Amino acid sequence: MKIAVCIKQVPTREWQPRLSDDKTWIREQDVSYEMNEPDAYALEEALRLRERHGGEVVACSAGPARVQQILREALARGADRALHVESAALAAADAFLTGTALAGAMADEKFDLVLTGLQSDDQGHAQTGVVLAERLGIPHSTIIMEVQVEDGRLRVKRELEGGWFQWIAMPLPALLTIQSGINQLRYATLKGIMAAKKKEIRQVQPPAGLQASQRIVALAMPSRTKETQIIGGSPAEAAKELVRRLREEARAL
Amino acid sequence: MILLIAEHGRGELNRATWETVAAAQLLAKRLGGLPIKIVVPGGSDPVAQELAAAGVGDVVTLANPALEPYTPDGYVIALATAMASLSPQFVVVPHTYQARDFMPALAARLNKPLITDVTALAGSADAPSFLRPMFQGKLAAEVRPDGDPPYFVTFQIGAFRADQVQRGSSPANVSTVEVAVDRSAIRQTPEAPFQEAQRAVDLSQAPRIVAVGRGIKSQEHLPLAESLAKALAAELAASRPICDSGWLPMERQIGSSGQTVAPKLYLALGISGAIQHLVGMKGSRTIVAINKDPDAPIFEVADYGIVGDLFEIVPAIVTELQK
Repeated sequence: MKIAVCIKQVPTREWQPRLSDDKTWIREQDVSYEMNEPDAYALEEALRLRERHGGEVVACSAGPARVQQILREALARGADRALHVESAALAAADAFLTGTALAGAMADEKFDLVLTGLQSDDQGHAQTGVVLAERLGIPHSTIIMEVQVEDGRLRVKRELEGGWFQWIAMPLPALLTIQSGINQLRYATLKGIMAAKKKEIRQVQPPAGLQASQRIVALAMPSRTKETQIIGGSPAEAAKELVRRLREEARAL
Repeated sequence: MILLIAEHGRGELNRATWETVAAAQLLAKRLGGLPIKIVVPGGSDPVAQELAAAGVGDVVTLANPALEPYTPDGYVIALATAMASLSPQFVVVPHTYQARDFMPALAARLNKPLITDVTALAGSADAPSFLRPMFQGKLAAEVRPDGDPPYFVTFQIGAFRADQVQRGSSPANVSTVEVAVDRSAIRQTPEAPFQEAQRAVDLSQAPRIVAVGRGIKSQEHLPLAESLAKALAAELAASRPICDSGWLPMERQIGSSGQTVAPKLYLALGISGAIQHLVGMKGSRTIVAINKDPDAPIFEVADYGIVGDLFEIVPAIVTELQK
């Protein structure tokens, strides 16, 4: 089975936001990046499917040169090769643009199965995978917690809200967005890191004439909906004051 | 016209649809009084009647047996067809798992913008814009759609209030439109929804909850949170990553994919406050957040906050409670 997994490079969880001068994007020079965590689960699922059904796993990402960091990491974790849709203009692209750019580069590969995380930890549109499926002309299902492949068909467990699930069958080729927690992640071994150095990262240009469908006109720290009372002091002092307020002010104890 | 797609399943209206009615009314007002039309794909009669009774706008049932049960392909085909004759300026839905399943495909098929997870309206009548979280809620973006309408928008659950819906003085008109859906073009075959084993713990009934997040760092540290839960006579719960790691069972997960709770006291330990978590607990009466990051989004919903090392603060609270 020929499996593609789409991964995105996003700021690390520890990153403290700083805005660009025009306040429509972040100051990228301050940022350290990592693989979008939901995509790491998609990668892991792709590797497990290859272990069960054979074939190859191709890691795909759209973005500037820096995204090679996470493609190299995916190769170290076990992906066979990588596809990089390279353009500096894709750094702050919306999901519509990213999905369309990926589709342009991936269509010729004729993947049997395409996996993505369910959303990115940066812009968080929760759209890229579904847009990509639409552009590739293949069926999709989202927020998937289990993947079964049998006789060229998929049967997947889709998570609904509030603890409900549903099994869905569909033909291959297809695209799935993977829910975090579907599996236990593996990390790269030293052997994997060494092997990754010899693996191919093919660079392709995004299709010409791509246009964004929405623009960020302003980016800001979110306004607080509640006035949080911050309790300071040493741990013992803060604990004492918190318990007092919970008893006397909030009457929550 | 603002077209609102009602979400329903198993013959019942999803309550989040009412929040979207409230949001659509605010948007209509901002744009100088646009009419609202509600479309019910699949045509559940009780759902259409319930919506019509509120008198907020005409209700149109999109009738075709292929729309029941829900599939993304069926919905995209039927709604793309309906858009052509209805010509809305905005198409709005709640940001549910179902919306995430079909709305991006619908918008992409029509080559129109989709702005998701919207928490507030902004901009002017000529150039409306939408606020939505980015970077896990660390930043709020004001986003404007490009190109010609319709513009597709999903509203974050809990961001608009169902009790703010302005009801009309008389019930609205209900009509049915037959829509062509080629059954062979629907590629997904869904089975009936089910729940995993019955829940042993019903967190929604707990008066006090201590919830742990990534800040707890490892499973060996859970007894620390348990000791605080015990001292408060509280239930122990967690954010999604903790349950994903298998440190606590999934049934103790709070958030959009787990349980929604509103206890008297919610104490969040090392939880940054991703929106998927916040939607499950922000209705709590008193929220306490303990986190080392003063900019963590959890502080936006907290009544009391302590910025610092939970490994020092939690034992101090336990000691204080035992005095």
